[in-house]
Amino acid sequence: MASVSVRDLRKSYGDLEAVRGVSFEIESGEVFGLLGPNGAGKTTTVEILEGYRERDAGEVEVLGVDPAEAGGEWRERIGVVLQSSAMYQTLTVTESLRLFAGYYSSPRPVDEVVELIGLADKRDVLVRRLSGGQKRRLDLGLGLIGDPELIFLDEPTTGFDPHARRQAWETLSSLRSLGKTILLTTHYLDEAEHLADRVAVLAQGAVVAAGPPSELIGGTPATEIRYRENGREVTLETDRPTEVLHELTSKAVAENRELEGLVVTRPTLEDVYLELTRESE
Amino acid sequence: MRLFRHELRGELLLYVRSRELAFFTFLLPMVFFVLLGSTYRHDRIKSEGNVHATNFLLAGMIGYGAIAIAFAGLAIVLVIRRESGVLKRLRATPLPAPAYIAALLTAFLAAFAVEVLALLVLGRLLFGIAFPGQPLSLVLTLLLGAVCFCGLGVAIGSLIRSAEGASAAVNAIYLPAAFLAGAFFSPHSFPAVLRWIADVLPLTYFLRIVRGIMLHGQPIWSYPGSIAALLAWGLVGLVVALRYFHWEPREQ
Repeated sequence: MASVSVRDLRKSYGDLEAVRGVSFEIESGEVFGLLGPNGAGKTTTVEILEGYRERDAGEVEVLGVDPAEAGGEWRERIGVVLQSSAMYQTLTVTESLRLFAGYYSSPRPVDEVVELIGLADKRDVLVRRLSGGQKRRLDLGLGLIGDPELIFLDEPTTGFDPHARRQAWETLSSLRSLGKTILLTTHYLDEAEHLADRVAVLAQGAVVAAGPPSELIGGTPATEIRYRENGREVTLETDRPTEVLHELTSKAVAENRELEGLVVTRPTLEDVYLELTRESE
Repeated sequence: MRLFRHELRGELLLYVRSRELAFFTFLLPMVFFVLLGSTYRHDRIKSEGNVHATNFLLAGMIGYGAIAIAFAGLAIVLVIRRESGVLKRLRATPLPAPAYIAALLTAFLAAFAVEVLALLVLGRLLFGIAFPGQPLSLVLTLLLGAVCFCGLGVAIGSLIRSAEGASAAVNAIYLPAAFLAGAFFSPHSFPAVLRWIADVLPLTYFLRIVRGIMLHGQPIWSYPGSIAALLAWGLVGLVVALRYFHWEPREQ
């Protein structure tokens, strides 16, 4: 069953068409990544789904309800983690979680959430004394405290160092194993590749590609082969890399020559993404 | 109702934890009362019916406390919460907006009630000022004034655009207002221009009723004009707040 369904969503701010006919569905239990450069319409789309903005046109259902008309019961079932860490600086970690837990009729136990976000040793520390990464994890905890079915994560690891990002990914993976549906926006491609079951790439307010990350990558032809010859960089793109490599190397071996700096690369989601978002400019 | 009580407990904890609120809006009126009261403890004010200066000051500091807590404190807290995104985050939870706003205002009214009690006790202990004789009138007046200043606090908080400028903007309004309305000194000696300004300020009317009750033993009903002025200002605050209040940060 679809947790989220969006059909031909449109939204303008004055003359600017921020979202121009976006459609996608998110299945229950799925991690769905919304990718795109700044200004592509990611946040506008997500904020319409969260009930913050009104849409101009299109159909939207989130957990079977139109977010524009949703009330407290619906909010019991969603968790929202916004782009910027928004919390009270003068409460401790557990006090913050307990305050927010009180807003829900059946919240997750505070101790459990503290463990889940890896802040057990910081539970009695004031929010203003937490590091940026720790604040972000508490942010995530506040989004989870109501035990939601569907979680919106808007750029959850922006500004993290690589180590903190790995930790956050582990936490998010454990959410998946709890059966939560997650809508993740990010502009880190490796993050989407690592976490999302399916992604949609947004550019200038429209979906330019959608599918599992591996399919998006598989859908593009070229494997890239690079080497140097007489001090000159040679780059070949091919969808038959085995054959091309065989030709190259047997020729080089026959001539008793080294293919200097030989590199063979598969396209990453990043290449696909850059290709897609460039085309639409 | 359960959500209101839960949020009220949270708001009271947040109030107690905030150093800025605790000092500038809560302690400062008491500090001024003790300092100025000690300086003028033997004086009487002829222009105000020859009352003791300390009694006059006590009523003034109750007015100063009212705008410091209900107007300035509330406005600053609202701007900070809005600009930091806390209000936006709260909108995504099942906490209903009326329960949230009611709990927030109740916490500030409670802080003001404690402030008034503390000032009355200080006045009694330090300067031998008797507790006021018209308790019902006084409570009604304090409630009317505090609600009016809360409304104006929410209004001004909705108009201020950035968290950085919030304290400066609020201080630039309420400190001169406290001075002009005669919270610290009798405005009788002020030049005419300043008295004209004072005649517009809601604090002037609040102090007129509070002093009438505390210094002259009059009931609140002896001041219908002042009650009307306070209600009118409260209504202005409500209208502006309803028109300009935002849950989301304005600087984006």
